[in-house]
Amino acid sequence: MSEARSVNEKAERWVKAVVEVLFYAGAVLVALLAGGLVMAAAGVSPLEAYRLIWDGAAGDANSVKETLVKATPLLFAGLCYTFAYRSGLFNIGAEGQIYIGAMTGTMAALYVPGLPGFAHLPLCIAAGAAGGAVWAGIAGALKIFKGASEIINTIMLNYMGIYLVSYMVTGPMKDPSGTLPQSARLPESALLAKLFDSRLHYGFVLAVALAVILYIVLNRTVWGYEIRSVGFNKQATKVMGIPVSRNMLLVMMVSGAIAGIGGYVEIAGVQNRLFQNFSPGYGYDGIAVALVGGAHPLGNIGSAILFGGLRSGANAMQRMTGTSTSLVYVIQATIIVLVVCNRYWFGGWKRRLIASLAARFGGDSRPEELRAVQAARETALNVNKGEGSR
Amino acid sequence: MSEEVIVSYLASAIRLSVPLLLAALGILFMSRSGILNIGMEGMVLIGALSGVVGAYYFGSAAAGVGFAVVVTGLVGLLFGFLVITTGADQVVIGTALNLFGLGITTVFGRSLLGMGQEAVRVNGIPSLRIPLLSDIPYVGEALFDQNVLAYASYLLVPAAAFVFYKTNWGLRVRAVGENPLAADTLGVRVHRIWYICCLIGGMLAGVAGCSLSLGILNQFTENMVAGRGFIALSAVIFGKWTPLGTMGASLLFGGADALQLRFQSFGIKIPYQFMLMFPYLLTMVALAWFSGKSKQPAATAAAYKSLADRNG
Amino acid sequence: MEPILEIRGLVKRFGSFVANDRLNLAIRQGEIHALLGENGAGKSTLMNMLSGMLEPDEGEILYKGKPVRFGSPREAGSAGIGMVHQHFMLIPALTVAENVLLGLKQDRSPFFRFKKACAEIRELSDRFGLDVRPEAKVSDLSVGQQQRVEIIKTLFRGAEFIILDEPTAVLTPSEVKDLFRVLRTLKEQGKTIIFISHKLQEIREICDRVTVLRLGRLIGTHSLDGITPADLARMMVGRDVAAPVRKAGIVSQTNRLKVTGLHASESGVPVLKDISFRIREGEILGIAGVDGNGQRELSEVLFGLRSKDAGIIELDGEALQRQQPRSMKEKGVAYIPEDRHKEGLMLQMSVEENLIAKEYRKRRFSKGGIISRRRMRECADEQIKSFAIKTSGASVPVGRLSGGNQQKVILARELMLNPKVIVAMQPTRGMDVGAAEYVHKRLLEASEQGCSILLISTELEEVMALSDRIAVLYKGELLGTMDRESADRDRIGQLMAGIRPNASFAI
Repeated sequence: MSEARSVNEKAERWVKAVVEVLFYAGAVLVALLAGGLVMAAAGVSPLEAYRLIWDGAAGDANSVKETLVKATPLLFAGLCYTFAYRSGLFNIGAEGQIYIGAMTGTMAALYVPGLPGFAHLPLCIAAGAAGGAVWAGIAGALKIFKGASEIINTIMLNYMGIYLVSYMVTGPMKDPSGTLPQSARLPESALLAKLFDSRLHYGFVLAVALAVILYIVLNRTVWGYEIRSVGFNKQATKVMGIPVSRNMLLVMMVSGAIAGIGGYVEIAGVQNRLFQNFSPGYGYDGIAVALVGGAHPLGNIGSAILFGGLRSGANAMQRMTGTSTSLVYVIQATIIVLVVCNRYWFGGWKRRLIASLAARFGGDSRPEELRAVQAARETALNVNKGEGSR
Repeated sequence: MSEEVIVSYLASAIRLSVPLLLAALGILFMSRSGILNIGMEGMVLIGALSGVVGAYYFGSAAAGVGFAVVVTGLVGLLFGFLVITTGADQVVIGTALNLFGLGITTVFGRSLLGMGQEAVRVNGIPSLRIPLLSDIPYVGEALFDQNVLAYASYLLVPAAAFVFYKTNWGLRVRAVGENPLAADTLGVRVHRIWYICCLIGGMLAGVAGCSLSLGILNQFTENMVAGRGFIALSAVIFGKWTPLGTMGASLLFGGADALQLRFQSFGIKIPYQFMLMFPYLLTMVALAWFSGKSKQPAATAAAYKSLADRNG
Repeated sequence: MEPILEIRGLVKRFGSFVANDRLNLAIRQGEIHALLGENGAGKSTLMNMLSGMLEPDEGEILYKGKPVRFGSPREAGSAGIGMVHQHFMLIPALTVAENVLLGLKQDRSPFFRFKKACAEIRELSDRFGLDVRPEAKVSDLSVGQQQRVEIIKTLFRGAEFIILDEPTAVLTPSEVKDLFRVLRTLKEQGKTIIFISHKLQEIREICDRVTVLRLGRLIGTHSLDGITPADLARMMVGRDVAAPVRKAGIVSQTNRLKVTGLHASESGVPVLKDISFRIREGEILGIAGVDGNGQRELSEVLFGLRSKDAGIIELDGEALQRQQPRSMKEKGVAYIPEDRHKEGLMLQMSVEENLIAKEYRKRRFSKGGIISRRRMRECADEQIKSFAIKTSGASVPVGRLSGGNQQKVILARELMLNPKVIVAMQPTRGMDVGAAEYVHKRLLEASEQGCSILLISTELEEVMALSDRIAVLYKGELLGTMDRESADRDRIGQLMAGIRPNASFAI
């Protein structure tokens, strides 16, 4: 009987996963449709535009690489949001943490000279992580010690981070040999190597590796267990003897560190210099990436590539038609809305679909509530039987 | 410093405060009822664009403002629908609204109004010099040689205070923001209050947008709100969720903005970026200071299902 | 005399759970009628239906002879029924007058008639001796004053019939006296009052008649003249369970847990007063008592979730300095919390993950910070089998299990620790008879293996069936510890009602 059970369980899990993926695909489609409507209203042919976007995102090997270049910072930002979210915290501050991480990483790159690449690059990445961690840690500490909303504080820290970088590149960190408000070029030893002779760099590999690591941390490790437990039920977690506040602060800092690495990777992989406004809102896009990725580290990889493709495709479209890349924001916003409202709009529909499909593939077709009630009844019956025989 | 410098500084401080104040009052109505709107940035952008579009197609700045108010009012109701009726997370929907606002205004701004040097310019809202009052030394010209929206914003502050503290409806708004369940047991229709506050918040976002696009620049430029939606949120928090405090914070932040512009043009050594950080830093300090002192409406960002929907 | 309010065949279900089962009740005009029952007996459900918060599934409510149906609290209010909730429905940031005026539609004008309202509130306050200032901010008021604001709210709306849900639960003794004075004034002026409580002594003091509810059913309505608190206690908690009987004489003489002079308070009000007891190895000490007399606080202090003001807790002769859940767990104290969902389980996490929630750091389940899924699964399969936990798999979220099976998960997790002491708080609340018996059986087995158990329960039968010794908790004090042989229901019932041997009534 237990074997049959586990087969059912597996079938059910698969059906559920398939339905979820279908749902997200549907949400993306609807959002593309909405974007098409916007374009039509703005006087651009949606079909033509989407053809250009597709070509720009996946038309040939180069566009695929460009997509991955754009996906890299998005993946870092998505992981940043995801990680905090899993322990019940809202880190809206990836944008600021990206800037600060880029800044501290660049400092390590420019002002710690004479190291070989194998030592310099990791040092710079660590510096970026530390910068992001401190920036997010401020919001985390205010939350734990003062009870101040981490949502508001991370937003405030976004702007402060952006302005701080703006100050640094116009002042102390300004390239002495140039007139533009930007830092000097990073030394070779601090740069990320390129992949396949293109703009694509090892930062993408790093981001994917990080996603896998976070997946393992969350699902396999003692610490991940604590984090998820804090996210689900703080009071029960406390009763289990697991420290709650300390974990919240740590999670916030790690979340910031992820964004900080993302910031430095963008500088060391693509821009090679620190300058103002190098991030066109990657931090905010990260929220969309995380939501579409189901707040699952591995899911983030797929959604980051999706949004990266949209971005690089939209760049191509803008070059050809003059329609702004900002269209991507409309599509992203629509996806976010569809995903977060899904329980209200599609919850019942999805549950029924899963139940009926699961039944066909040998799973348990009863709705969850009914299952619980029947399980309770079975228990009662069994115990009563046992009593009779005693 | 000469009188001229002071007067022109004060005038520009007020001019820069007006959009902040209008947006902040919109946020104030929403947050007093317990709704956290971090999407104000996007709402104001939509308002700024709609104002110019309306003024361009209908031929007058007044029509532009009217059009903007209708559009952002609808956006406010949409926001309300998503967070009240579907119960979606207010933070996430707010973020989506910011992305949406940035995207849609950029796309439509380019296609309807053109971009760069060729961008459409419209007749802005004219200044209205109030006789006598504007002759008061120093402050007279700054306060009473402004456009109609500025005067409207002056009047909205006492109006909001009156609504909150002197009317039954305002009492209900405050009660819902503190404890929706208690208000519901007394027959207050919680969801209706929320929808109305979202509508007001949206409409004021439209006016705020117009005060930027039609009141200052007479045209729409991409991402022209530039974080003012968030500064408005700061102003509400720093103003301790009261109309008068919000006005004070808006003036302070607008004044800082005007000061940094002057610093830049006079070549004063204090980096202007630190002036720009000032509102955000103050807000963080204030938030840490207030917390535990229950200044914030207690039910902020709490999802609430009304009693009528709970039976069965 | 015509009843002012009559209930006929009232039924309310939540899903498959019947919260109120065909209730019939008649309340007389001008009486103070007590509604007595344990938590979960269905009192609040019934009152929520009377006050329009819930709608009944079957049956009818007659008010002043006419059938009524209230869709909202406002409709009930305008009919003249007001409710004072246990958790006040007040808005602390507003003034008394604002709270009272909120939601009223009497005035056509959109502005408050602030002065007029203040005058009316003052007049009501004087008439009923409520002593409330309309201009005061609610957050500045004491709990007792806040409650009187709630009463004013109902009176201002013209209530003739006032329901008070556990009004004394949050009050200090002197505030209780004030409340009773107000209630008597209200009664004198013709108001009808329903007084919900599970405190027998208070009911005897203030009420005219009492209706007892148990497990959603109505047990009976009695005049308070001819009934003793012990009778009431029995009516309220009594239930016949064929529970396993405790074998006597296996208790060793070594002290396992010793508590001396324990004091604790909640925002200045003492909740535990000079508690002293000891539990020997393999002994079960049962703590009986009506709910809300300090049970929750006692269990929390023992497990380190609440700080104590004074007192010594010794485990195996060693005084525990600073209690925290973690250190208590490591010292071998297991804890079965009262509220499974809030404190016992992470509902969205799987059965296996919940089972290892206290041991995930141990060698057995993790190495180098990585949790061994194989060992976790093995352990879960073993426990699921051993405790007969009904689930379709170890990876199912524990929230999907029935209440009894959730409790088994907690029990399995705590017993896995091989604890020296188990603090079990209401371990069978809300469970069906079969599942409850199973829990009892496992607790007895644990004690036979030398584990000491502190069993805190409001169900007298449970305490009597399992315990070696029994003590009664009353208003934060531990009254008369007795051996099971010398314990009889009547004596315990009296203690639960606060009637001490050779002492007069204590209020």
